[in-house]
Amino acid sequence: MKKTGAQILWECLVREGVTDVFGYPGGAILPAYDAMLDYPIRHILVRHEQGATHMADGFARASGRVGVAVATSGPGATNMVTGIATAMMDSSPIVCITGQVGSRLIGSDAFQETDITGITLPITKHNYLVTRAQDVARAVREAFAIAAAGRPGPVLIDITKDAQQGSCEFDWDAAAPNARHARRPVARISDAERARTLDLINSAKRPVILAGHGILISGAMPLVRDLAERARIPIAMTLLGIGGVPASHPLNLGMMGMHGEAWVNEAIQEADLLIALGMRFDDRVTGNLKTYALQAKKIHVDIDAAEIGKIVPVDVGIVGDLCDVLAAILPGVTQGDRSEWLGRIDEAKGHSAVRDIQNLPDDGHLYAAHVVNDLWRTTNGQAVVVTDVGQHQMWEAQYYHHDAPRSLITSGGLGTMGFALPAAIGAKVARPDAEVWAIVGDGGFQMTMAELATIKQEGLDVNVAIVNNGYLGMVRQWQEFFYERRYAATPLLSPDFAQIAAAYGLRGITVRERGDVIPAIDAARAERGTVVIDFQVEQEDSVYPMVPAGADLHAMIRRPSPIAETGAEVS
Amino acid sequence: MSNAIKHTFVVHVEDEPGALTRVSSLFRRRGFNIVSLTVGATDVAGVSRMTIVVEAADTAARRIEAHLWKLVNVIRVEDITGSAAVWRELVLIKVAADADARIHVMKLADVFRARIVDVAPDSLILETTGTDEKIAGLLEVLRPFRVLEVARTGHVAMSRGVATRVPDRLYIDVEETGISCSV
Repeated sequence: MKKTGAQILWECLVREGVTDVFGYPGGAILPAYDAMLDYPIRHILVRHEQGATHMADGFARASGRVGVAVATSGPGATNMVTGIATAMMDSSPIVCITGQVGSRLIGSDAFQETDITGITLPITKHNYLVTRAQDVARAVREAFAIAAAGRPGPVLIDITKDAQQGSCEFDWDAAAPNARHARRPVARISDAERARTLDLINSAKRPVILAGHGILISGAMPLVRDLAERARIPIAMTLLGIGGVPASHPLNLGMMGMHGEAWVNEAIQEADLLIALGMRFDDRVTGNLKTYALQAKKIHVDIDAAEIGKIVPVDVGIVGDLCDVLAAILPGVTQGDRSEWLGRIDEAKGHSAVRDIQNLPDDGHLYAAHVVNDLWRTTNGQAVVVTDVGQHQMWEAQYYHHDAPRSLITSGGLGTMGFALPAAIGAKVARPDAEVWAIVGDGGFQMTMAELATIKQEGLDVNVAIVNNGYLGMVRQWQEFFYERRYAATPLLSPDFAQIAAAYGLRGITVRERGDVIPAIDAARAERGTVVIDFQVEQEDSVYPMVPAGADLHAMIRRPSPIAETGAEVS
Repeated sequence: MSNAIKHTFVVHVEDEPGALTRVSSLFRRRGFNIVSLTVGATDVAGVSRMTIVVEAADTAARRIEAHLWKLVNVIRVEDITGSAAVWRELVLIKVAADADARIHVMKLADVFRARIVDVAPDSLILETTGTDEKIAGLLEVLRPFRVLEVARTGHVAMSRGVATRVPDRLYIDVEETGISCSV
């Protein structure tokens, strides 16, 4: 049966299981938008194409399904670049569809023409320029296979206007992707390597599991727990790994790295074995590589062979899906008694507790950590929290204790400000029954707050907690610590966010006192529809502990504490 | 980079627009220096073959191989460094040579088994194929006559006998031997 390229596009998307797309129309994508009306697709009209890509990304991270964003050619396509790069860095499966000028006009600098396949080449897993209707089905089917397979990531399909308008026979089966498009390593471990891996694990006295995003992507949560429980191995989480092991699990130490808790980083530095599972030794988690975990043997499991040995030389590297690899290894893991090691970490944890801001007496100030902690308690830790980038992101990771997988969505690798609000919209569309909160700074919120209109138009219920400290807080903190408090371009004027919310037809609440935090959260939860809460917090608060960029992982700047003895200060 | 040696990769790719850009962009993006890159058709329709020579340490070379495998258009990657293989490069050299010098240049060409492919009143063009060492040697002896222009194709390489993959010691490769596991 003959169909137009535009019809084939939607036909394929529907058959791929797509129900919702995020997009913004324009001249070169008009034929596709016209055809869309005849298909069972919910289109969420965004206010900026960057928002569409973050929404697709949030959708994908919340659900594990491929997210879809649509834009027109030229500026529509280039506005997607930040969102695509964000998805690439955090291995999030999205498919971006862009219109392109007619194929005969390509290369002529036609109106709204841009070489988006050239521009996105290094930030996509793959991309397509489709110039004929008969190539649409193959591109879409391959794109979905590529986006989701192995280490997931973004794929872009650029479709010329004439390819959308032209007609051809539609043949779904003939467009099937081949094995190359769904390249997924099948773990094959030699007996010798398995023996070596098990020997390292079973003989380790001070092992630590480094748990990354790969655990969530693979779905290896039960197997990781099994490994940890069987061998009594403590687990340190990367930012994107949070939720892969419940925060309440006794072996879960918490987040590692630049703003990880002291006992976590100390455990890594003292370890004699690191078992890295689906993580990539980012500079934010290792600190100075010359002094990183020097006593530790390293086992690294990742589905991406290019990650093995990239940053840290390893003793055993295993390429494969975590589920497959752990299933092969687990039967040989012996029950270990590591009470001495765990006791040592517990002791360090006890020393740090006195510095925890939650344990400090109320001094009348409103701290962001209190806001996040109250949000955690009020939502019983059950919300899907989407954060932006900066101080609030680190406070969220420290004080919202996630027990469920895919309950923290945040831009880790690229560190994209403006991510939270649109990604929260995507998460809500993917999981309408989940309670979704965006936690965002006053800086990042102003980058994409126009999406409040999207929320209103779509009738979505996404609560927003703005951690408003009047500064670009993380940059200000670096200026305080490393640039002699010279606050270049970090003091930030903001509008009255409650009035902004009201102007968009949403409820806004302003909170200045600690006692008003929980009532405001309760009010937002009770309200049908989105509530924006402007938490005006302590302005020059900093995130502790902190490993300065490039410093040794154990050389943390600790939270100044009136209770802790000054002798215990580590700097 | 320390311990950098020349690594030679033979890469088969789909003959599609942009395939060459994707491969070369990978090297640029990851900061690996290409010494030479050649690409041409194969006996299979729709499949091109690249010979890429890169200066890289062994660990970096393994990562390059892994990155190449991730490109969708790439069909096969082999690192043939250190394996038995034939390397060739074609060179055209234009040398200044008047009537007096011509006979001397032609004698040298003969020694190096280079062919004279063009004779002009005041210059000659030599064509030769061979290894880096042979080409360097020829250029060396021609230099006193004044080399006017050099055009090199870059390396092509082919492993001898049946192609085999270089075993990786760093990571347990998915396609290596051993048990298969699944949940």
